[in-house]
Amino acid sequence: MDDAQRIVMTGIGLTAPNGNNLSEFRDALLNCRSGVVHTEIRYMGKQVAGLCDFDEFKYQSKKLRRRGTRAGSISIYCANEAVADAELDWAAIDKSMVGVYLGITEHGNVETENEIYEMHQNNLDWKLWSPHHNPRTVANSPAGEVTLNLNITGPHYTLGSACAGGNVGIIQGVQQLLLGEVDVALAGGVSESPQTFGIFAAFAAQGALAHHEDPTKASRPLDKNRNGIAISEGGCIYVLERLSDAKKRGAHIYAEIVGYAINSDATDFVNPNGERQVECMHKAIKKAGITVSDIDIVNMHATGTGTGDVNESKAVRDAFKDSDKTFVNFSKGHIGHAMGAAGALELAGNIPSFEDGVVHPGMNVTELDPECEIKNLVFNEPKLVGNINYILNNSFGMLGINSALIVKKYKS
Amino acid sequence: MADVRQIVIDIISDIAPDEDVTNLDDKVSLREQLDLDSMDFLDIVMELRKRHKVEVPQEDYPKLATLESCVSYLSPKFA
Repeated sequence: MDDAQRIVMTGIGLTAPNGNNLSEFRDALLNCRSGVVHTEIRYMGKQVAGLCDFDEFKYQSKKLRRRGTRAGSISIYCANEAVADAELDWAAIDKSMVGVYLGITEHGNVETENEIYEMHQNNLDWKLWSPHHNPRTVANSPAGEVTLNLNITGPHYTLGSACAGGNVGIIQGVQQLLLGEVDVALAGGVSESPQTFGIFAAFAAQGALAHHEDPTKASRPLDKNRNGIAISEGGCIYVLERLSDAKKRGAHIYAEIVGYAINSDATDFVNPNGERQVECMHKAIKKAGITVSDIDIVNMHATGTGTGDVNESKAVRDAFKDSDKTFVNFSKGHIGHAMGAAGALELAGNIPSFEDGVVHPGMNVTELDPECEIKNLVFNEPKLVGNINYILNNSFGMLGINSALIVKKYKS
Repeated sequence: MADVRQIVIDIISDIAPDEDVTNLDDKVSLREQLDLDSMDFLDIVMELRKRHKVEVPQEDYPKLATLESCVSYLSPKFA
């Protein structure tokens, strides 16, 4: 295939609850270090959540941090880290040919809740409603903050795609590069969800909010005693380029994106549909021009809910029944559910496998749920498997959106 | 009597925490001395209302141009 039609990852910037760059994050994944803690949530009191501790002012002034949002702050950090990691000559680059594409689960809840709370605390004085409310809550806000910060004049927008957001942001970047709309895509996903009370309360109302006296054990996908989702923040942004451009400037290439798929269940607002998930994975594999047995690692979406994990486990068993060499892991035991960032972050956590040949484990499985048994499931201990060529990353969301993304080890 | 000058400086410090507000000239426009834009002035108005119940109608915004004019305009409202 023509190098101009091949899309590669040349930079990664991330913040996760357990690491502020890829090497810290990978180390935490391999050594089962959780980033989930107890935090105070308005009205609800103590809850578990995955919170990031990156330096908010590394790339942003205090004033603009105050003016923007937590999602914007996370995005700015990740974008700058990605650009630096890619060693792009930022001063020389044509900023009108850079696009920013960020997947989000939701945006605006945090600011809306805060404004209503403030108004309520002040005798419903509506004139205290902030003039910043609209720019903070428009749906393109986190991506727009990145363009303001990095002086990018190409396109920017977010991809509202529930918890499939991370994968969807990357897929959008790939597509825009293939269309020739941009030369560099800053693509990934972001989450500020632990800043909002409503998401916690709604998961609690669904009986799907994780809890445990030890917060590091609260998020336990596939465990028999799992009790729901640990809500997390985070972000992961990739520098994507056409292979021809990356080669020209001698860039380090983390991986090539070779397959992807997005489909819809069309069955339920919240309950997933395993058949559609299988179709999604198979569609991505077909697009990559490979077979199921070529996939070395499947990173499950696995959020820690009762039905979600059972459905996906069956879907993965069905999708990979013809492969003996596909290993399966998951990442939310370590970091909780980073919502719109989850897909992009979890993929990043697996990419070093191309170099070290190790599959990082899922963590917090004390007793594996028999309904979640999967051939070659890697949990609690990392698994050295040697040569790894293909990783498939699942990311699913409410309203029945499914996504699967396949990356391949790059060989020059 | 409220120290209106200090009240305004405290609000500016919160809105623009990167700025040095220690040696401001009371007679020179705040925007000439500090990196403030129109949204910052809306924030100043908002904080005056939130913290001190002082209302500044839109037509009076120009009276917040300098520290001296702020004190002159706002002092009666704090009386």
